[in-house]
Amino acid sequence: MSSSTPKPLQILNIVSILMFIISLGLVFFYAPREAVMGEAQRIFYYHVPSAWLSFVAFGVTLIAGIAYLRTSDHRWDRLGIASVEVGIVFAVMALLSGMLWARPIWNTWWTWDPRLTTYTILLLIYFAYLMLRQGIEDPDKRARFGSVYGIVGFISVPITYFSIYLWRTIHPAVFGRNESETKMSMEPQMLQTFIFCNIFFMVVFVTLLWHRFRLESNTARVEELRMKASNA
Amino acid sequence: MKSYLQAILAIAHKDLAAEIRSRELVSAMLVFSLLVVLIFNFALDLDKSARENVAAGVLWVTFTFAGTLGLNRTFAAEKDRGSLDGLLLAPVDRTAIYFGKLISTLVFMLLVEAVVLPVFTVLYGISLFNILLFGVILLGTFGYGGVGTLLACMAAQTRTRDVMLPILLFPVTVPVMLGAVRASTGILANAEWGEILTWINILVVYDVIFVAVAVMVFDYLIEE
Amino acid sequence: MIEIHNLTKNFGMKPVLRGVNLTVERGEFVALMGPNGAGKTTLLRIVASLTRPTLGRVRVNSFDLPAHADSVRRVLGVVSHHTLLYGDLTAEENLRFYGQLYSVENLSKRIDDVLNQVGLSKRRHDLVRSFSRGMAQRLSIGRAVLHSPDVMLFDEPHTGLDQEASAMLDKLLKSVAAQGRSVLMISHDLPRSLQLADRVTILSHGKIAYDSPTKNLSLADFAKTYNELAQ
Repeated sequence: MSSSTPKPLQILNIVSILMFIISLGLVFFYAPREAVMGEAQRIFYYHVPSAWLSFVAFGVTLIAGIAYLRTSDHRWDRLGIASVEVGIVFAVMALLSGMLWARPIWNTWWTWDPRLTTYTILLLIYFAYLMLRQGIEDPDKRARFGSVYGIVGFISVPITYFSIYLWRTIHPAVFGRNESETKMSMEPQMLQTFIFCNIFFMVVFVTLLWHRFRLESNTARVEELRMKASNA
Repeated sequence: MKSYLQAILAIAHKDLAAEIRSRELVSAMLVFSLLVVLIFNFALDLDKSARENVAAGVLWVTFTFAGTLGLNRTFAAEKDRGSLDGLLLAPVDRTAIYFGKLISTLVFMLLVEAVVLPVFTVLYGISLFNILLFGVILLGTFGYGGVGTLLACMAAQTRTRDVMLPILLFPVTVPVMLGAVRASTGILANAEWGEILTWINILVVYDVIFVAVAVMVFDYLIEE
Repeated sequence: MIEIHNLTKNFGMKPVLRGVNLTVERGEFVALMGPNGAGKTTLLRIVASLTRPTLGRVRVNSFDLPAHADSVRRVLGVVSHHTLLYGDLTAEENLRFYGQLYSVENLSKRIDDVLNQVGLSKRRHDLVRSFSRGMAQRLSIGRAVLHSPDVMLFDEPHTGLDQEASAMLDKLLKSVAAQGRSVLMISHDLPRSLQLADRVTILSHGKIAYDSPTKNLSLADFAKTYNELAQ
């Protein structure tokens, strides 16, 4: 394993930074002001991609968990934990940006909207995932338990969403769902900006995941060398 | 197959026989449940109509908290005594251990619930004696115990185990909690059957999915 | 019999066993000794099918581990310093429970025999909680032989016993081993191992560093070798 950053990752670093700068330009200067929601709508260019990519991240953890249990190959476990951490970063971004948006538009920081509620529970599941791993010394056991909880946690999310959705639709919501979000008129510049931001976040996701995976691998390698040194 | 069922029943029977002798766990769960019921009454300062609105919620919070108490012991007690190895040394499928433990946990929880229900009926002035409600309690307890048994096995093997279980368990059992509370509220308020049925369906779906998942992954939690 | 070939076990990155070779023949009693942290317990847990080996081959009565763990478990009896008994159950209930797990035939008869053998027939209806350490350990031997295993593993069975109880246990262990069983015992007790076992082995730094028949081996010589290897 070479310790220097691989070429494709170096390229991804630069592409991520460039795309970030371009996205700022697109979001704040290229995309027009939205008629109903005004400036606050611009949050949506960052909010939506970070939200769905966090799901992708936790989905990667699910798949890595299944793969680890089948193969006992620790690289899968490293991918799993790396993806959880990146996923949490994206999820926190999505949650905070959502609250920032909700304040002027829904006139509140928080509603018991199904997506918002499910999302918070989702975050708690992955905080629990991190705490679980912290409480286990044996690396094999840590990997197995992490994999199992990554599977159980992710499977519970759709049922949680559905049950909270039902709860809110059957019961009168305290704050009526604002329909403007769904029938927002997309002008071509907006759509272009939106697509660009989604690609930008995908690139950032891959870059972060790769970095985090490498960090995990290097930590394991250091551990291995330390073992060798102490046994020599 | 016969020896598989025999092993499940042997494990459940062993837990129940030991509990009948010591009565440590169920009595602790029971006292705790009654305390929760009382504390809710003080904390929410309930009048008659408010009590009717929150009854199902209070009931299920009580059940799940007491359940956590019981779940915390199922594997931790075996682990402390070293007797978990005794189970693992036996030539039985690992899932028999899961089902045996699930059965004993369910019996403990249902026992506690059977005592809490009449007490609750008296204290809150709401009759809870309703066959449908019993069905919902059975489904909700089964789902909670099913996931709980799996995660309790995990938590018992971590450094911070007693603290770990609720943190692992609560976020993934939100649908059970919500489904059970909504179905119970609907039944107590004589709501439309269709509405109640929706929630019962969620409970059934959750129970089936999670017990299936538990069976598939349980091996990985106890082998080294 | 137990055949261990080139057995390696790592915990994470940490090697615990590094190529252990050891055979326990049918009817042979082998003591496995060694300093703390040498990997004795790990080795025993692997043979007991509780821990998976990283590399190498482990066979018990020609069943491979971990592939045929179930078949191995059927022929294996383990006596550990944990009694693996339940204090809130009676002696008989404990045996009945384990008998059901092992699908023992004619269980009630078998329980009678075993209780007789370990000298606890009179205490069969007493809670194990009320037993002395020595009695519990005797019952634990009864538990381990209930399903008539061919291969037995003893993991420091004398831990926590006084002299009298230890002497009684020795007799019982010997009689259990004498029935043509292969026995692998972990122990710290040099004189006791010499007295009980046919062969003594020393595990040091994850390898078998010493292996000798006990016949004609003097305690002084053995103690000297042991102390050198345990450094």
